[in-house]
Amino acid sequence: MQDFEYRRVRAASEAAALLREDPSAKLLAGGQSLLASMRMGLLATDLLIDLQDVQELRNVVNAADGSVVLGAMMTHGALASHPELRSFAPGVAELAGGIADAQVRSMGTIGGSLANADPSACWSAGVLALGGEIHTSERAIPVDAYFMGMFATALEPHEVLTRVRLRRPRRFCYLKHEQAASRFAMVGVAVADFGDAIRVAVNGTMDGAVRAPAFEQALQRRLDPESLRGVRFDESLMTSDIHAGADYRAHMAGVLCRRAVARMLVGAPR
Amino acid sequence: MPQFELEVNGRRAVHTVAASRTLVQLLREDLRLTGTHVGCDTAQCGACTVLVDGKAVKSCNVLVAQLAGRQVQTIEAVAREGVLHPMQAAFREHHGLQCGFCTPGMVMRGIAMEAEGVPAEEEPVRSGLCGNLCRCTGYEGIVHAVVDGLARMRRPSERKAAHAGL
Repeated sequence: MQDFEYRRVRAASEAAALLREDPSAKLLAGGQSLLASMRMGLLATDLLIDLQDVQELRNVVNAADGSVVLGAMMTHGALASHPELRSFAPGVAELAGGIADAQVRSMGTIGGSLANADPSACWSAGVLALGGEIHTSERAIPVDAYFMGMFATALEPHEVLTRVRLRRPRRFCYLKHEQAASRFAMVGVAVADFGDAIRVAVNGTMDGAVRAPAFEQALQRRLDPESLRGVRFDESLMTSDIHAGADYRAHMAGVLCRRAVARMLVGAPR
Repeated sequence: MPQFELEVNGRRAVHTVAASRTLVQLLREDLRLTGTHVGCDTAQCGACTVLVDGKAVKSCNVLVAQLAGRQVQTIEAVAREGVLHPMQAAFREHHGLQCGFCTPGMVMRGIAMEAEGVPAEEEPVRSGLCGNLCRCTGYEGIVHAVVDGLARMRRPSERKAAHAGL
């Protein structure tokens, strides 16, 4: 890996100031995607800014308005076992506990995952289904305006993702079909039931995580796996590669959505 | 070159290394702690698993710089004075290995599972091991060893020995 200068900061504003000075600088959260990319030579930087000492990025707040705020530097592992998140939405804690493997969950963070926006990232689908806002050093971005495609987000080069505010679902379930070797989601489906609305998001598409309006409309009529009978995910949106064709991925999106709804109905994790 | 102070196997020291140096490079090449193996070097196989502040981490995918101020434990620090750690003893008894290349990572992952509260049962252990690959496919023995190792670590008589070892 090409060498770089390494700096630790104590505040998100400090990181944002460094990014304005040196637009080629990169932020380091847990490094589970970034370091792997740098070691493969896909990415290089002159300055790596480590956010691990920024305490303001580490809190989880169960807000009085019925939302939950997750600090960007919370690791998947810490969120999976976090009492506040487990009571707020056990299905969301379960999503965190299913990301990659325990070693990656020890280091990898929700903020890192959302800033990277890997098209198969579990958090992207989960957060998009839950809705809410992505907060940065500058502003709050509605979740629906945040994801801009494969590895692309609404974040400006000098912005630091600080926290995520999620809406509390009545029920929530995320299921994925893993690629056997990498264990990344080939397709993942997140379903959130808010009582007055159903939101469904699918990852593994050419545009990364996207909402699935056809599934949402079908489930809004009746939250039941049977409602999805004959409703297909648009296969022209799906990735096609050596692991699976677009038609298979689209089919699996339907299968996973039905299974997720079935699990929600039996009162499994919210 | 920058300097980073961290503790490796109970020894606190300042390491003068490039900021881009990974933990496994420090362990194997600088400290000659070659018990930690490099399998894939792309953070998939888990052979390089060590403990950082008690949590399992892939040492090929973490910078020395990130670990300044933290505690690292490797397979070399697991046995004490010639007495195997209960997890190691279970691997030996159940023959939890074939070629042995993945074994250090498997043992460290098994030890980390104790603190995570993974039950000493086959299914949770299998899923807890999903980040550790055995290219010999010798999983049966490994799973039995980790199940038994967890049970041993939780026995009061062995707990003392395990804590002395880590």
